[in-house]
Amino acid sequence: MLNKKAKLAENLLDKTKLEMLATRVGYGKGLVEAGEKDRRVVVLCADLTESTHSHWFKEKFPERFIEMGVAEQNMATVAAGMANYGKIPFISSYAAFSPGRNNEQIRTTITLNNLPVKIGGAHAGISVGPDGATHQQLEDIALMRVQPNMVVLVPCDAVEAQKATVAAAFNNKPTYIRFGREKSPVFTTQETPFKIGRAEVFRDLPAGPPAGRTGRQEEKTCTIVGCGMLLYNALVAAEELSKEGIECEVINSHTVKPLDEKTIIKSAKKTGAVVSVEEHQIDGGLGSAVAEVLARNYPIPQEFVGVQNRFGESGKPDELIESFGMGIGSIKSAVKKVLNRKNS
Amino acid sequence: MSYHLHEDKIKELELKANEIRRSIIEMLVEAGSGHTAGPLGMADVFTAFYFHILNHDPKNPFWEERDRLILSNGHICPVRYAAMAHAGYFPIEELKTLRKFGTRLQGHPERERLPGVETTSGPLGSGLGQACGIAYAARMDDKKFRTYCFMSDGEHDAGNLWESVMFAGKYKLSNLTGLIDRNNIQIDGMTEDIMPLENLRAKYEAFNWHVLEIDGHNFEEIVNAVEEAKAIYEKPTVIISHNIPGKGIPEIEFDYRWHGIPPGSGPTDKIPAKEQASHFLNDLRTLQGKITSEHE
Repeated sequence: MLNKKAKLAENLLDKTKLEMLATRVGYGKGLVEAGEKDRRVVVLCADLTESTHSHWFKEKFPERFIEMGVAEQNMATVAAGMANYGKIPFISSYAAFSPGRNNEQIRTTITLNNLPVKIGGAHAGISVGPDGATHQQLEDIALMRVQPNMVVLVPCDAVEAQKATVAAAFNNKPTYIRFGREKSPVFTTQETPFKIGRAEVFRDLPAGPPAGRTGRQEEKTCTIVGCGMLLYNALVAAEELSKEGIECEVINSHTVKPLDEKTIIKSAKKTGAVVSVEEHQIDGGLGSAVAEVLARNYPIPQEFVGVQNRFGESGKPDELIESFGMGIGSIKSAVKKVLNRKNS
Repeated sequence: MSYHLHEDKIKELELKANEIRRSIIEMLVEAGSGHTAGPLGMADVFTAFYFHILNHDPKNPFWEERDRLILSNGHICPVRYAAMAHAGYFPIEELKTLRKFGTRLQGHPERERLPGVETTSGPLGSGLGQACGIAYAARMDDKKFRTYCFMSDGEHDAGNLWESVMFAGKYKLSNLTGLIDRNNIQIDGMTEDIMPLENLRAKYEAFNWHVLEIDGHNFEEIVNAVEEAKAIYEKPTVIISHNIPGKGIPEIEFDYRWHGIPPGSGPTDKIPAKEQASHFLNDLRTLQGKITSEHE
């Protein structure tokens, strides 16, 4: 059942009643909000001002907006210099180029310098759609989370994206924030708690045994840890599974680094099985981070929903999500598979 | 023509540069690895900056109004460390810890470890962008300090650097001065063989920079160029500093093989490895043999 403390949107499971907004819209709003709060906030953009929604900041604070041209490597180094001086720079581009192209500059001049540059990576994931594999960044979480000092945030909807952007402005750390291109359901609210480094339980296990069963509850329970807009699919999948007598705890791990180990281990101990869900390669992403934590603390069977070590291709966002195995049906199958492993 | 330097000051700087060269040789020998040619070639430029040009306070390296000196080609850090130690940032004795476990003097300089190095560098081509960021931010806040960026010539092979050149030209960062260690060598050979850079002046001019060329071993020229750059309001200035790699040690001068190795591991066709350190130190002690030691 949905966790009331998470204060999620009403009618959550009826997609037609939810507002649809891209997470990059939340980034654009967050930039303006952060800019209003602190004059040190500056925004640099590599010739993608509208599609990263940095243009709202540009219109409001033209003197604090810097057009970089198609030069993501320079953008990272200039931002490092500005943070070195004392500014709070956000750098906006597509994730395929930043941090895709400028990884070394981020490493040497931002994370090794430990400077609070904020990297906004838009158009991440396969849901970029028709643009195809070159623009569907599927390795960025892996690239960013292995760098010491880096914070990695993957907001699940536009409202959370705005909160993540504002929070990142004031965490005084190098921070990567990942956004999607496509509109997705807004299922959190302004009241939904958000704190960097703290995962939120969006759906928890019912107090009693699963419907229609009297046996041991833990046999048919599973943890789903997700991030990004696929978290919505995870909630829908959990609801449908509940009708089949399978109960899932769904955790929003918007902070991939530092991972909220405590919340994940606690849930793992309750359910004994875990499925990770992310719009990213299964190698090196959130699923890997979860597996690393559980292997060290409480090893249990895990299944990974994500892109299976291949590049994307052109198509409609929805059909790509389905055909690459990240739809609601795929999440349900992964839960059933991991439950078989747990109980065998 | 000396506009800015008294003759006594020039003498003082020359002696200081010689001390810094000796420190470079000593620290490299002690470390057993590191770069020799570049640091020796830039010793005069670093001396001019740390002992005359920079507005800085070695006792307060985080002073907000300080001039920023960004070293992009981090591998020549022994000369920066030596200049900083002689200027009073830290004890000269600490130079012996270069490249050793636990040292603040990392093989390539790190901002987080040693106050005063300003930026972490080593991977080439990314210093100018950081200098641009500092200069741009400083101008936003009407700060009066200047930002300097030292670059190697070889790192001009890198695309990131030219992105930064283009950026500084577009935004007319006149509070930024670049200085290129034009010593014509890089690891694999001569720059014009590896990836030709000329016409370097024309390239910078085409990107809307003011360009000056100097003899990087002439203190008057170094100081005069920096002063001229301050007077150029409408664009950034780059000083192409023609330097002799290994300057001060005849056996090292002009020889690209000395790019990335310390005395004691150098080419042995002129001096046996074992004798290199003492030979070079004696060269410096006697100002290339011009002064005969009273003990000899």
